[in-house]
Amino acid sequence: MIQTRRDFIKTTVAASVATSIGISVPAAARAKTEDWQREENWKWDKSVCRFCGVGCGIMVATTAGKIVSVKGDPECPVNRGLNCVKGYFNAKIMYGEDRLTKPLLRMKDGKFDKQGKFAPVSWEKAFDVMEAKFKEYYDEYGPASVSIFGSGQYTIDEGYAATKFMKAGVRSNNIDPNARHCMASAVAGFIQTFGIDEPPGCYDDIELTDAVVLWGANMAECHPILWSRVTDRKLTHKPMKVVNLSTFTNRCSDLSDLEMIFEPQTDLAIMNFIARYMIKKGKVNQAFVDKHCIFATGPEDIGYGLPADHPLEQGQTMRNKAGAHWSISFDEFKKKLEPYTAEYVSKLSGVSVEKLVELAELYSDPKKKIISFWTMGFNQHSRGTWVNEQIYMVHLLGGKMSTPGSGAFSLTGQPSACGTAREVGTFAHRLPSDMIVAKKPHRDKSEKLWKLPENTLNPKVGTHAVKMVRGLRSGEVKFFWAMVTNPFQDFANANEWIKAAREKDNFIVVSDCYPTVSAKVADLVLPVAMIYEKWGAYGNAERRTQHWRQQVKAPGDAKGDLWQILEFSKRFKLKEVWKEQPLPGLKVEGFPDGKLPDVLTEAKAMGYEPEQTLFEVLFATPEMKKYKWPDKIANGHPNDIADDFGWFVHKALWQEYRQFGIGNGHDLADFDTYHHVRGLRWPVVNGKETQWRFREGYDPYVKPGEGFNFYGKALKKIPSGGPKGEKVALAGKAKIFFRPYAEPAESPDKQYDLWLCTGRVLEHWHSGSMTKRVAELNRAVPYAKCYMHPADAKARGLKRHDEVVIESRRGKVKTRIETQGRDRMPEGMIFVPWFDENVLINKLTLDATCPISKETDYKKCAVRVRKA
Amino acid sequence: MSRKVDISRRDFMTGAFRSRNAALAATGALAWTHVVDSSRGAGDSLRPPGALPEQGFLASCIKCGQCVEACPFDTLKLATAEEQRATGVPYFEPRETPCYMCEDAPCIGACPTDALIEDTPIEDARMGLAVLLDQENCLAFQGLRCEVCYRACPLMGKAIRLELRPQERTGKHAYFLPVVDSASCTGCGKCERACIILESAIKVLPLDVAKGRLGEHYRFGWTEEARISRDFEAPRNAPDVPGWGEAGLRKVLESMDDLSGIEEP
Repeated sequence: MIQTRRDFIKTTVAASVATSIGISVPAAARAKTEDWQREENWKWDKSVCRFCGVGCGIMVATTAGKIVSVKGDPECPVNRGLNCVKGYFNAKIMYGEDRLTKPLLRMKDGKFDKQGKFAPVSWEKAFDVMEAKFKEYYDEYGPASVSIFGSGQYTIDEGYAATKFMKAGVRSNNIDPNARHCMASAVAGFIQTFGIDEPPGCYDDIELTDAVVLWGANMAECHPILWSRVTDRKLTHKPMKVVNLSTFTNRCSDLSDLEMIFEPQTDLAIMNFIARYMIKKGKVNQAFVDKHCIFATGPEDIGYGLPADHPLEQGQTMRNKAGAHWSISFDEFKKKLEPYTAEYVSKLSGVSVEKLVELAELYSDPKKKIISFWTMGFNQHSRGTWVNEQIYMVHLLGGKMSTPGSGAFSLTGQPSACGTAREVGTFAHRLPSDMIVAKKPHRDKSEKLWKLPENTLNPKVGTHAVKMVRGLRSGEVKFFWAMVTNPFQDFANANEWIKAAREKDNFIVVSDCYPTVSAKVADLVLPVAMIYEKWGAYGNAERRTQHWRQQVKAPGDAKGDLWQILEFSKRFKLKEVWKEQPLPGLKVEGFPDGKLPDVLTEAKAMGYEPEQTLFEVLFATPEMKKYKWPDKIANGHPNDIADDFGWFVHKALWQEYRQFGIGNGHDLADFDTYHHVRGLRWPVVNGKETQWRFREGYDPYVKPGEGFNFYGKALKKIPSGGPKGEKVALAGKAKIFFRPYAEPAESPDKQYDLWLCTGRVLEHWHSGSMTKRVAELNRAVPYAKCYMHPADAKARGLKRHDEVVIESRRGKVKTRIETQGRDRMPEGMIFVPWFDENVLINKLTLDATCPISKETDYKKCAVRVRKA
Repeated sequence: MSRKVDISRRDFMTGAFRSRNAALAATGALAWTHVVDSSRGAGDSLRPPGALPEQGFLASCIKCGQCVEACPFDTLKLATAEEQRATGVPYFEPRETPCYMCEDAPCIGACPTDALIEDTPIEDARMGLAVLLDQENCLAFQGLRCEVCYRACPLMGKAIRLELRPQERTGKHAYFLPVVDSASCTGCGKCERACIILESAIKVLPLDVAKGRLGEHYRFGWTEEARISRDFEAPRNAPDVPGWGEAGLRKVLESMDDLSGIEEP
């Protein structure tokens, strides 16, 4: 088609004008400018990337009710205007053609039927059925039969509302996030070592350090923007060393001075070698250790977090007390390290003695500042808590913690694993601000802040995530509501749980944006508003809290998760939930055995009526309704949830939530402040954020003269000398744990002769529910390949791209093999990413967990591969 | 490099061309031109300054040769029937003779039609875009201090600038990497002409061949201030997205029934 000459002249002029002011005009615009392309009508606002835990700031542009453009926020200190290729596509994730816009219910003859086909229903009908099923189980089996599987991608207000609804409302602790699969081992490591969760340091360490050691963290692909900061440090700071410890060669190896490919699970032994080496060479920072640390250890026969009847659990006498620990002497500590000689560890790990020594030297050099980064290689580990504690062991021995440029830093995978899952405490055992349900003073404080009668809160730890789906199988869990996550794709041993969901007597609700695997497995699917269709806040890995405003409206009947929780809470009257409740197995001081007490009488004394709904008592309270909508902080931005309820729900929830952290080491700023800044790192005291916690001069909780103060309060009174020793308080100290090597739960054998490791690729996010809707990302990485060593392929008669079946004892998938490219496998191991719903690799993985953190080991199980 | 087709590709294309040539022997030159052009996809000849975009240029040029006559440097040539180009139309090959960017652009002045439109100043001409195609053989990319192209550039420092990077290999030097800025490059080809290796590492390509296109949804954050719009207006409705609505719902329901990923292979 040839355009007229006049058209040509016109577009040429437009193009040269645009060029002269430095903006290149897209080729399409040369021919025709659509309304949305008129940049003068774009409205820009600050926001946050939807994807990983790095927490890049982005700017989003809106026109005609649609997000039309994004750019990295040049003022955000995390990314200074940069994005990775996923961040580049934030504007597109909400606009997939198959967006869910109506509640879908399995129906037969106009009624709910578990064997029925999905049909669109009204919200009222959806909630009617959801309420009826919830109460059917709740009334018969009590609070232990219902559950919410939440997320590290919940906004902070969503996680807070869900926790309050479950714990204060229906008195069930069965709320647990997908962060259980992601960060639980890091949490347990922090709590046991420091008594408080989350990294002491921050990203600024990167620009100050002399060495970065990666332990099972493929930062190059999974934390791309932070990796670019590490790379810059490597290029511009001559003494800088990068070490990549991994079970296969990945893109981090490119930058590394030292690559150490070790046998799966032997990181435990390598750690002990380093500690032993430091002691033998006299490299322990004795003054620091004497003043700020004690030595500790715990039981070794703790099993693998598998069901009690599993062969691996037999004789594991401490499997239910895996977290117990006691202090030991330095001499005893040294003695326990004695077997971990270079020769022994080299043989076990497959890493040469020279490399082991080189690494140990790096940690031993008192002049070198050093950061250790890790992610899922440590956390998804059947000894995840142990290996987290071991990295603190190494850093504490050298006195290299909480110091600018030095520290052990646990990276997070999800945008608000820290901000929501951990800080709000959407876990089965937690309450906000690092408090736990099992502690009376913590329940008291929460009951006071939430204005609940005494003993409303359930003191028994709820079912953690893995136990939740096992509960679906055993019939103990009957109601399961998944929010902002895709459990039936992301749980290990997926076939079991898909079958349990479909075949057992239970009710599965999935709040989702697209027809995911989990939506397909559900009984009721609730369409959700996505990130820029609601107000929200995320907290990233360096404790930075970032808020954003709603930009656009959600399509059709899609509603925010917060709206769904609040609407559902209208369905419950106090008399239904705060009455006496059966709680099998409860045996706690102050509570009747096996029961939660009736608290309605005290509620009445507090001014509550039995006919009041949970919505009125937990959410639409007089205090909350003081936060009026509209509010000037909105600056014209919509708030669908505030419009529906008539008050500024997000601000009200935030202001209530922050009361938990004030003075408790978790201080957060007030709501409006976050709308004027590019995030703040807590604790925020007197308007100032904190870069390095526990460190004098940086952390307001550390007094002058203390130097360091590991002031976390949890688990700071432990038996001395042995499990039955006298309990001694150790306020302000960190624990240096001895943890031994332990065999993996499942290793390759004759029948299943290969290791399987799962993980991510840069182009796709988690289960792919969003990134698979972006055509460009899908074109870049269309499916999950099976990465394999060429010799392993040859031995099986396979060529690159051949179709293969991968099988474990639990299931099988079909895909194609790759012997080149981004991941280079050692012989005997394959890697398959888990983003692809057509290669449901979690059918194969084993649901063994760290017995302390209950986090699944997704990195090690035995499989075999054959030609399809 | 498309203008200097490698042997096998040239053979293949010439063969194809001959068979078409035989079949179309009786048709006029203009029609023939179009066949040639469409058989080669996007035009890959560099045109004189001020030329319309390729399709319009081919439609407007009457093949009179006056621009070629007017060119004081003999840069411009007319394509002959033997060449893989639209016959009779002016083009230039920078490795042989680049465009010297005459201030008065006599070629444009000589054009009797609007095939060449005056671009003033001549720095606004967009004949093509220089692309550093072969970094493996580019001496600067290997760390050698060459940068001849940069210094040959009539808009040195603007159209080609040097980006400095630490040289990891030696640990004590720097790379001086030539980087072309499309906002300034005229495509004159001085750089391609000047490149001192046997086959030039930097080459001028027609704009539509050379340029990628950023997703329309993305802007580079650092090119603009991070200003938050103060006069935001709340949208009344969700956007109109292709695929959403009743038909979309039917598709969603179909996909909810598709269990192919969930069932065992």
